[in-house]
Amino acid sequence: MTHYLMSVMGAPGTEEEFYGYGSKEEMEQSFAETGAFNDQLKADGQWVFAGGLAPVDKATVVDGQGETPVVTDGPYLETKEHIGGFWVIDVPDLETAQALAAKASKACRGTIEIRPFDGLA
Amino acid sequence: MALASTAVERVFREEYGRLIATLVRRFGDIDIAEEAAGEALVVALEKWPELFPDTGQPPNPGAWLTTTAGNKAIDRIRRDKVRDAKHEAAEMIYDDTPHEPTGAITDDRLRLVFTCCHPALAPEARIALTLRLLGGLTVAEIANAFLVQETTMAQRITRAKAKIKGAKIPYRMPEAEDLPARVSTVLAVLLLIFNEGYLSTGDGEPIRAELTGEAIRLARTLHELLPTDLEATGLLAMLLLTEARRGARVRGGELVPLADQDRGGWDRDLIREGHALVRQCLAANRPGRYQVLAAINAVHTDAPTAAATDWSQVVALYDQLVRIDPSPIVALNRAVALAELDGPEVALAEVDRLPLESYHAWHATRAELLRRLGRSADAGAAYDAALAVCDNTAERAYLARRRTQLSPKCEGSSPEV
Repeated sequence: MTHYLMSVMGAPGTEEEFYGYGSKEEMEQSFAETGAFNDQLKADGQWVFAGGLAPVDKATVVDGQGETPVVTDGPYLETKEHIGGFWVIDVPDLETAQALAAKASKACRGTIEIRPFDGLA
Repeated sequence: MALASTAVERVFREEYGRLIATLVRRFGDIDIAEEAAGEALVVALEKWPELFPDTGQPPNPGAWLTTTAGNKAIDRIRRDKVRDAKHEAAEMIYDDTPHEPTGAITDDRLRLVFTCCHPALAPEARIALTLRLLGGLTVAEIANAFLVQETTMAQRITRAKAKIKGAKIPYRMPEAEDLPARVSTVLAVLLLIFNEGYLSTGDGEPIRAELTGEAIRLARTLHELLPTDLEATGLLAMLLLTEARRGARVRGGELVPLADQDRGGWDRDLIREGHALVRQCLAANRPGRYQVLAAINAVHTDAPTAAATDWSQVVALYDQLVRIDPSPIVALNRAVALAELDGPEVALAEVDRLPLESYHAWHATRAELLRRLGRSADAGAAYDAALAVCDNTAERAYLARRRTQLSPKCEGSSPEV
């Protein structure tokens, strides 16, 4: 079994009404579908962890490589696109992950990036 | 009536930081605290004149405001609870640490200052929040002081408060090991507030006393709250000794350099207070950046005339500062002192090595040194470069006049080139 990170690309801004969903109904529908998807992952033993992230303006960047850590407000500027949420799943192979990502994408109304974990801590 | 409301507003302003700090600790939410404080002011404006006709205020106005605001906050939370039971919990600022052991913290304002100056907030947001929540300035006053639109400033503050809430920036004292770095962030915020008042950018007043005064008031509070922090002591001393010269620093809309200032116009009370603080720092003998800057200011304010300045002492202190902070700006200031000790040629060699082409003071320093070396053409070019990047009205006026006073017979024939 392999762990995969499924990232939801594109994070809503705080200013966006209904977190970037078209309408309140659309947002609630998406939440319901994502909830059902999560329940299925758990039932199938593929669930490890998942969560939605707060908007990027709540982000803080920390660089602890120097002598003293440098802390700055806001998201990491060199990131082209920010993730809005993610799943960690435990499945046999990429094809299984792809199939799940397709369902996840449909449920959460976003593009998904899949990356396998290169070992676990 | 107008007089009464002014008195109430003055008390309110003085008590604001303490009031907000107490309410945030009690109710865990900055917005609830601000709203409750605002409502308490309305009640005070209405009731104090009739309740306290002789004095215009209660015997302990701070306690009166805290009680009234606390009741208002409870009313608000009850209303919200009825509307949505989850609302209150969702609004709470995260603080899962037990309260500090007795004696460690006596004042909620310290927690508030560390929250407002948290490194995870953008620097301009730290300044705005500190002035708003601890200083009690209105959004309009802060916007005005920094020459931005009120809506822009309101957004900046709203965004900072949203980040505190959303990212759960805690309302507590930093860990002991983090304390020096976190205090240093707070001191930097106070210095930025002071500097914006002391050498204001933009076309308005060259000095904005409301900002220098507020920075000093906050520095006093911090020194009172952290009496053993020598850097907090040093910053307060430095600000007092700089503020002491404020009245003599601009004449007829033009900046007056230290050497030409009327020393009789310096504020002796502030100088006495600043010198006493510097002596405290020297006695402790654990020098830091702000303590050394304060000591440099103490040497200047100790000299009865510019000529009597102990320049070797100033240069020695800058040497010490360079070891703490090896930045080119410190090196530039050191070079200015060095010119008095070892002459303009030595100083110019130092200055020319510094990568500060976009800093007006670098050009202005070069211009003065070149003038003293008789290199008028080079000095003129340096004045032009300084004027091109200087954005303080009084300093521009000074530089422009110095530019016109360059010796014409030397112009265009500088021997060194």
